[in-house]
Amino acid sequence: MSILETLGRLGQTSGFYMLFSDWRQIVMIIIACVLLYLGLVKKFEPLLLVGIAFGMLLTNLPGSNMYHPELWDLYIANGTPVAELTEELQSYVAAHGYVFANDIVHMSFTEIIHSGGLLDILYIGVKSGLYPSLIFMGVGAMTDFGPLLANPKSLLLGAAAQFGIFAAFLMAIGLFKFPANVAASIGIIGGADGPTAIWLTSKLAPDYLAPIAIAAYSYMALIPLIQPPVMRLLTTKKEREIKMEQLRPVSKKQKVLFPIIVTIFVCLLLPSVAPLLGCLMLGNLFKECGLTDRLSDTAQNALMNIVTIFLSTSVGATAVYYRFLTAQTLFIIVLGLIAFEFATVGGLLLGKLMCKLSGGKINPLIGSAGVSAVPMAARVSQMEGARANPANFLLMHAMGPNVAGVIGSAVAAGFLLAVFGG
Amino acid sequence: MSFVDACLYSVAGLLVVFFALFLLMIIIKLMTVFGDAAEKRQKAVPAAVGPIPAPEAAAESFSLRQTGPMAPGSAGELKLYDTEPRVAAMLMAIVADELKTPINELRFLSIKEIKEDTDK
Repeated sequence: MSILETLGRLGQTSGFYMLFSDWRQIVMIIIACVLLYLGLVKKFEPLLLVGIAFGMLLTNLPGSNMYHPELWDLYIANGTPVAELTEELQSYVAAHGYVFANDIVHMSFTEIIHSGGLLDILYIGVKSGLYPSLIFMGVGAMTDFGPLLANPKSLLLGAAAQFGIFAAFLMAIGLFKFPANVAASIGIIGGADGPTAIWLTSKLAPDYLAPIAIAAYSYMALIPLIQPPVMRLLTTKKEREIKMEQLRPVSKKQKVLFPIIVTIFVCLLLPSVAPLLGCLMLGNLFKECGLTDRLSDTAQNALMNIVTIFLSTSVGATAVYYRFLTAQTLFIIVLGLIAFEFATVGGLLLGKLMCKLSGGKINPLIGSAGVSAVPMAARVSQMEGARANPANFLLMHAMGPNVAGVIGSAVAAGFLLAVFGG
Repeated sequence: MSFVDACLYSVAGLLVVFFALFLLMIIIKLMTVFGDAAEKRQKAVPAAVGPIPAPEAAAESFSLRQTGPMAPGSAGELKLYDTEPRVAAMLMAIVADELKTPINELRFLSIKEIKEDTDK
């Protein structure tokens, strides 16, 4: 073989040569760079968006072989005869020399570790539901449920804000004709809770994980822009000016009992939500009991940071160009925004009702904090309240519906999984 | 799935969420009622023994806590003696910062300016 032939082959196996074999790869690299810009320069949820965007970049660099969506398709198709697979998967099986006993697909995590790339290995934590649950443990260790315990009516506002999930689910089916499992995953964007959205989507519609996670985290970062116009539209200035009474103090005993009671009660009601809610409440118990400070510290710092790295890069990796660049991705982005707006509307409308029923003691603005983006949504309620009346301090009142929204979206996710999880 | 079925699932889902959180609300309220009752019982025991002699200032703050029923959903009213609300807000923030405790976990009963005797 001559030197020229060798150089020619080397050139053909380089990423630069392969890059121009499909223009969509270049588009995806540009999208990844735009997301990196939004995370690094515009500071849109940088802790997650930077990892997601970088995972997206790595997976779309031709020849990197870090993530193989076909392996995960085979994992989902476990137990299916090879002859019934799609043509694309059958040719993948043939090309990679997989031989299954009795021609029935059998793809295990062990096989994926053996033949997958680095991001395939990291993705096992998403697929098994490990990362979202561990993130929830950290969230629980960072959350103070005191405002919710001081004003239990907040729970109803957290429930009302889940309206966005079901409104988007309906639209996904009615307008865009998505299958029910995908529509449920799209709807959960309205819960404004990244780990819950990832957890549910990885189980119901793994092919749509990247656009759903990106939509959820992007809109969470945009809450200060998304919510205020709706808040001003649905409330009068007089309502926004309402000053609320100081919250009653909550005893330590109540704070310790709360996670235990919630876990027993909600997990008995909806067992499918146990991994998420159980971890959330375990983290909170670590924080509140006062005897496990080291564990609480680990859950909310070291563990949370490690899992965030794994979760964000592996979720980003699922945005492979030939699956991401579809019309469905655009529909998901649109439906995600609708879900957020309807969630805000749901919380505000119940807030207005509670304001009327309480004789004007409840500021309806705290209703919009029922979307569970903690603490961003509560901050927006505070800002809008202070804008109407500078002496208004709604932050602690809004934290109640805000943390109730976390529980509410987990319950909604548990319901959707129980119904559409097959 | 038909749109009608989707509507039914949506209504059912929203009802489940409301049902779960409503029951949680009831549980929290019951927890609060029983917790407060237990706390009252605990307080009633030393009261039956008789008042503990205390310095004048402490007695005053204790009486402040007992005067008048506490507003519902409130931690009570902060009494200010010769203190501007602005100064009181600053003092509370400083105390919270010094104690490294979130301000919502602290309860201030009264703030009184101590006037130094200029004759001494």
